[in-house]
Amino acid sequence: MKKSIFFGTLALSGIAAGAAAAGTLDDVKARGKLNCGVSTGLVGFAAPDANGNWDGFDVAVCRAVAVATLGDANAVEFVPTTGKTRFTALASGEVDMLARNTTWTFSRDVDLKFEFVGVNYYDGQGFMVPKDLGVSSAKDLDGATVCIQTGTTTELNLADFFRSNNISYEPVPIETNAEAQQQYLAGACDVYTTDASGLAATRATFENPGDHVLLPEIISKEPLGPLVRHGDSEWGDIVRWTLNAMITAEELGVTSANAGEMAGGTNNPEINRLLGSEGTLGEMLGLSADWAKNVIMSQGNYGEVFERNIGENTPIGLARGLNAQWTNGGLIYSPPFR
Amino acid sequence: MTTLTDPPKESFRLSMLIYDTRYRSMTIQVVAMFGFMLLAAWLINNTITNLNALGKPVEFGFLGEPASYDINQRLLDYTSRDTHLRASLLGLLNTLVVAALGCITATILGVLIGVLRLSNNWIVARIMTVYIEMFRNVPVLLWIVLVMAFLIEGLPAPREFRGDDATASMILNETVAITNRGVYVPEFLFSRPLGDISLLGTSSLRFDVSLELIVLVLVFAAGLYVSGRIGRYADRTQEQTGERPVVWYWRLAVVVIPFAIVSWMLGLHLGYPALKGFNFQGGTHLRNSLIALWLALSLYTAAFIAEIVRAGILAISKGQTEAAGALGLRPNRIMSLVVLPQALRVIIPPLISNYLNLTKNSSLAIAVGYMDITGTLGGITMNQTGRELESILLLMAVYLTISLSISVVMNWYNNKVKLVER
Repeated sequence: MKKSIFFGTLALSGIAAGAAAAGTLDDVKARGKLNCGVSTGLVGFAAPDANGNWDGFDVAVCRAVAVATLGDANAVEFVPTTGKTRFTALASGEVDMLARNTTWTFSRDVDLKFEFVGVNYYDGQGFMVPKDLGVSSAKDLDGATVCIQTGTTTELNLADFFRSNNISYEPVPIETNAEAQQQYLAGACDVYTTDASGLAATRATFENPGDHVLLPEIISKEPLGPLVRHGDSEWGDIVRWTLNAMITAEELGVTSANAGEMAGGTNNPEINRLLGSEGTLGEMLGLSADWAKNVIMSQGNYGEVFERNIGENTPIGLARGLNAQWTNGGLIYSPPFR
Repeated sequence: MTTLTDPPKESFRLSMLIYDTRYRSMTIQVVAMFGFMLLAAWLINNTITNLNALGKPVEFGFLGEPASYDINQRLLDYTSRDTHLRASLLGLLNTLVVAALGCITATILGVLIGVLRLSNNWIVARIMTVYIEMFRNVPVLLWIVLVMAFLIEGLPAPREFRGDDATASMILNETVAITNRGVYVPEFLFSRPLGDISLLGTSSLRFDVSLELIVLVLVFAAGLYVSGRIGRYADRTQEQTGERPVVWYWRLAVVVIPFAIVSWMLGLHLGYPALKGFNFQGGTHLRNSLIALWLALSLYTAAFIAEIVRAGILAISKGQTEAAGALGLRPNRIMSLVVLPQALRVIIPPLISNYLNLTKNSSLAIAVGYMDITGTLGGITMNQTGRELESILLLMAVYLTISLSISVVMNWYNNKVKLVER
């Protein structure tokens, strides 16, 4: 009896594992919820608000995929992951996708067997210093004490930057953003370095954000984007084209306000194809014809998501910069919906 | 009458392995041993097969690749272009430093507190009880984090030492700076150095030994040896004549004078820390990560050692103390000459395990960003290379080696102090 239960459990978990490998979309539909890996809390990108609802730039990607696949922006289970646990969570199937300011690098793509579906934020590593330090360039930081989150790509970039500029520094390795903030504000380190967007988000939570400046140097390329596991290209396509739909919508001027109206038909065939009034793009993905329309009506286009969460009118106050549409001199560019 | 025949010669049958009580326990043990080895083999094989399937076979080549990260507390020269192996070595040295400092401090504190807890003074004894219960019953990680928070929030930042209206100043005649980045103390410098010997060439395990340090240590050791000879001469004279010649100034002189002369010849002087640029420069920098870890581990372990010391002292019968008192010894001499030497026999074995605990607890260093071997090999190296299994195996081997070494030394000492029975 006991044995049969034991083997039964084994068999069941075997089946579950097999199902997970078969089709993530079917899995998500059967579950009725999307499991989405996010950060443990970085205001503007992914953080729970006072009521426990997750909100942010990365969170919007999770919600968009949930709308596309399940038709419900709230059908998402957010799984907070740290820099160390994020890849294990995705590889083991604990989450269906990861939208957690993760840098797209060769080894993560190839060696760790993940598929980055695109870039939703072009970032780079920056430095934050107190204004009264009187530093205007990272090259003036000779001998400075630098707080740094350990086990990240930023640690390696930092060593390379100081080495190539032939200046010295004293690294203070730190585990979490909150700890770094404490040491930096107490003056135990002169400089805090991480992705520039993370610095802006951290600074926004300070009592006097104006007393701190970001130095002009950006010392690395950090293309951040959502990623999925190898082995299920159909699922990868859904996440990729959901992101692309939001980007294309901004390019074509489709917003959450006018998407419903435009879905009735316009003179621009690409808008029609995107919103599903023409062609069968949704069907090809295994989704409904109006999936993209639902995504945009629920979450807005890329520009709306940006402005709402991290744009210049939010406390985080990031300019579009590299993240402007390619038509405005930025790098945000979606392949055509055709 | 029947003749007694020899009992039939018993031949060994296979079933006797189970039914014969002489063999049964052996059989069971052999079977259990085989089962255990099979299980271990299966686990290892399973791991290797799965890692191979993942495309991550077990190999240690990554140790030869450049580490690419910096380490703040370096006891040997190191740059970010050095290998992961050298980064691990630096981490190992940092572990050993904090473990050694911690063991020494914890022992001194522990003995003191253990003795004071037995004091007849009510207040002293109660304060020590409170200390022991507080430290023993709160996880050491919390103490480490608390000490670190005190250091960071409570002490002035270097920029507060700057300018005319500085709110903080250096202490001890402007020689020591206590900041929230650590304590800067004067360092020893030689104006006429003899140079270094480089050992192991340019390999990852290379290290330099400074000649002046060797010379000084040798001179000091020779002074101690001569001083010891003088002491023995005094003992002999006392045994023969009953009068002890006054030799303490000779004993002091043979140690101090040659040492001072050699130091002067090498140009030994102190280098003082001074505020330059962002930080204090010069002097020796005791980082607050080291201080926090050292202090917290010492205070925590001292509480355990205090209890061990108390147990050891209480194990010595009261008659011994009373007898010594009857001979006219004062209380502190009774403690140091009669009670403690006997108590050591009870104290040493559990003390060993507390030294081991302190050493292993030092792996909590990452909580305050102290770059010990768990922080380098088991932290950044593991994270950047993705070689989890190899790193953890190496780490376990390192801690095992350290712990066994401590055990060997302490057991040797234990054998020296334990009661010699005839």
